[in-house]
Amino acid sequence: MIRDTTLGSKLWAAAVWVLVGFFILNLLAMIATVVTSSFATRWLGTWLPVGFTTRWYTSAWSEFQLWDVLIVTFQVVGAVVLISGALGVTAAYALARRDFPGKKLLVLLFLLPLLIPPITFGIPLATVLYQTGLAGTFWGVVAANLVPTVPFVILVMIPFIEQIDPKIEAAARVFGANTFKLFVHVLLPLLLPGILAALLLVLVRTIAMFELTFLVAGPTSQTLVVSLYYAVFAAGVRSVQSIDAMAVIYMVTTLVWLIIALRFVNPTQIVTRAKQQPAH
Amino acid sequence: MDALAPATTIDHGPSLRQRLAANGFDAVTLLVVPAAILSLLLFIYPFAFGFVLSFEPKAGGDWLANYRRFFSDAFLYETIAKTLWLAVPVTLLNLLLAVPVAFRVRLMRRQRLLTTILVLPITLGTVLVAEGLLNYLGPQGWFNRTLMTFGLISQPLKLVHNYWGVFASLLITGFPFTFLLTLSYVTGIDPALEQAAATLGANAWQRFRHVYLPLLMPGFAITFCLSFVQAFSVFPSAVLLGEPAGLTRVISIAAAQAAFEEYDYSMGSAIAMIMGFVQLGIVVAVLASRGLFYRGPASGAKG
Amino acid sequence: MTIALSQFDEVRLDRVSRDFGALNALRDISLTIRRREFIALLGPSGCGKSTTLNCIAGLLPVTGGAIWLDKSRVDTLRPEERGFGMVFQNYALFPHLNVRQNIGFGLKMRGTPKAEMDRKVNEALALVRLQGQENKLPGQLSGGQQQRVAIARAIVIEPPLVLMDEPLSNLDAKLRLEMRAEIRRIHNELGATTIYVTHDQDEALSLADRIVVLRDGVVRQVGTPKELYEAPAHLDVADFMGFRNKLKGKVVAVENGRAVLDVEGARISGVARERLSPGSSAYAAIRPDDLEVGEAGPNAIAVTVDTIEYRGREFVGTAHSAGGFDFVFRSHQAVEPGSTVYLRADDGRVLVFAEPTQGRN
Repeated sequence: MIRDTTLGSKLWAAAVWVLVGFFILNLLAMIATVVTSSFATRWLGTWLPVGFTTRWYTSAWSEFQLWDVLIVTFQVVGAVVLISGALGVTAAYALARRDFPGKKLLVLLFLLPLLIPPITFGIPLATVLYQTGLAGTFWGVVAANLVPTVPFVILVMIPFIEQIDPKIEAAARVFGANTFKLFVHVLLPLLLPGILAALLLVLVRTIAMFELTFLVAGPTSQTLVVSLYYAVFAAGVRSVQSIDAMAVIYMVTTLVWLIIALRFVNPTQIVTRAKQQPAH
Repeated sequence: MDALAPATTIDHGPSLRQRLAANGFDAVTLLVVPAAILSLLLFIYPFAFGFVLSFEPKAGGDWLANYRRFFSDAFLYETIAKTLWLAVPVTLLNLLLAVPVAFRVRLMRRQRLLTTILVLPITLGTVLVAEGLLNYLGPQGWFNRTLMTFGLISQPLKLVHNYWGVFASLLITGFPFTFLLTLSYVTGIDPALEQAAATLGANAWQRFRHVYLPLLMPGFAITFCLSFVQAFSVFPSAVLLGEPAGLTRVISIAAAQAAFEEYDYSMGSAIAMIMGFVQLGIVVAVLASRGLFYRGPASGAKG
Repeated sequence: MTIALSQFDEVRLDRVSRDFGALNALRDISLTIRRREFIALLGPSGCGKSTTLNCIAGLLPVTGGAIWLDKSRVDTLRPEERGFGMVFQNYALFPHLNVRQNIGFGLKMRGTPKAEMDRKVNEALALVRLQGQENKLPGQLSGGQQQRVAIARAIVIEPPLVLMDEPLSNLDAKLRLEMRAEIRRIHNELGATTIYVTHDQDEALSLADRIVVLRDGVVRQVGTPKELYEAPAHLDVADFMGFRNKLKGKVVAVENGRAVLDVEGARISGVARERLSPGSSAYAAIRPDDLEVGEAGPNAIAVTVDTIEYRGREFVGTAHSAGGFDFVFRSHQAVEPGSTVYLRADDGRVLVFAEPTQGRN
């Protein structure tokens, strides 16, 4: 890689880094604002709050029934992760190992829900779910969330499965493994890192998935991010600090899983869904 | 095989299972069926259902009544222009900023910390970013305070509950998305090509103009499309950070209101279809112009 | 021929060093390349030969020393200011440009007028024998054709110096021989000055006027192919030049440039290539061609034959001695595996080297 050492290119590099620094500074300051506010006693017209307290967390906990919301959130997320894992991995295996007429069309079918923004397909989807009576229920929320997560698992897993030499499976067959044993003793251990990575990404994405859950959730099937939306939407009813306390709880729930996920995946995978080329 | 006994021949020919397997259909292929059914039921069917429903107006009238109403009611049709007015500048700005940054970051050995920080706003999602920006960009927030301390402004800037609030939120969630996509395209180009151009006398600008840019144009086009589609479907931040009844009444707000506040699913579906068609139109236009560029491997060609 | 390469007298590397990262390190590389010379940089992977080439090209900054083109210093210039032509290992052809545009790229960057550019590109196409292919994209060409485009692209800018980084390593064996001859032909026709990096001693021996053997970032020996082949200066150079049998022993006597070693009780005498003192450890190096199966006697050692392979004109055998040295030898008659034979070499064909000091060498 060529590094220029002329004055012009140094100035250019400096300008680029100032830009990046400005962006990150604002991003972190924005997050810090929420955290500071959630611990503030009174914060009006000053740089920092008058004092610090943790009482907003207890009040947010009871005001927003966060315990119930968290339980619903994890139930939804757990169901989505399990179902999309089961359906996605098996479908990915078929797509990676077999060539059949219509395969391209099928891959396109799985690609579309990832390319089309959730709000666009969410409105007709919610309409259908309302008509069938599923909307507002737990399974309605799970079903809506499966639309992008199953294709996501499929597209993450296809390249992962393709890189496993089919001869390994042939060898297992020759040595007497039936389909079930082949899966349990050979495929699963080989695929586990990929499955883990895909499912952790599904988990993070589902916790943060606002649009689909918002469109189909009822009062008892709201996830944390939708509750947060309603709280911010109705700002003025509750104190800002209380909403911020809830926002911090949401942040922590998401970031814990993000940090775990980052142990297994490259951060760019959250966006590009493809293995990044090794940087030179 | 006895050619005079066709019936026997068929009996001894390949079984249905063998013929299917020869075409790639066997037990393994069937594993794709559950996921395909799910996608058909929850994605294709609702789309088709919504499409048909949009031609069956709730208030009666002929089959095009919903669309006629949308394009004759300024409160409705203006949402397209308002959404475009947000999405297009933000997407262009994001791409314009992402390219030089990606070219700089490509030289870094340890990109992980930076990419991790940038993944934060995407992971946290638009609702949290909206809540954060409400405080941070508000009249008493740190942003305005800092500007006032440095004497750059005398009055706090009005940055929330208007166009700029939504713009800022699209920037803060959209830039990392655009950047990470751009970075993966930029690092996908064989560095030997740049070195070759340098030994042939191309300076830094010429290397960008004649080597990188033509090879990256298809990638930039895809990045633009994906970023644009995300920005065009802006929803929670337009409600929370903007003026959902005024300047930032974007098309998704109109669709959600029609469907879930007025319970006019037919109209809601019609607006969702219009939203989809505008997105599709822009994407098709951009990708069609992509045909003008080189498409193929972006590494030094090998034999 | 109007492709006229820039004229100069010599390129001089003056104690060039590069310190980043252990693998890339170069130490005090000094070398003078005269006009019209074909120089091969030869060495195993990681020896610093590609790093040297990249430093000359300007793709890697040097951390010490200087590079001179006659009286002007070039190591401070950016690569685009040096004007050297370079052929890359994977050719690095611009995939979006056709053959004509690829070859014309350097001229275009220089703002060459269209008519002159066309004329020069046509000549370069003729020189590498690619007429009729000019509108194809690199992806549509065979490996050998891509190679020719890469060479044409490097020489059309009329560089004082042509740099080639293992240009044949991506080709199959037959094409490699063919392109080897092509590269030498083009070098001669143009009167070019070429620095050629390779790890293949056959390539270096057949192409180069002079060979520079590098190891661990240090120049080990510089000489004509004949000098290197017949008189390698160090054990590792000898190893590279095909002295596959290396016998360790104690120096018994040194006299008139001859040394006698005690190897497992046998007396082996040969030409001393390094300073040796009696009593020290040393190696006798012998090519497989120079070993013959014979009787016990002077310069002969008893070995047990392990394998014998028929190779048409002769047999190739492997064997080991009682002390555990492995041997490769050629033989005109078959010998029975498991049998004990004596392998002997002319003392003029045996080279004796001091034991390499531990660590860097």
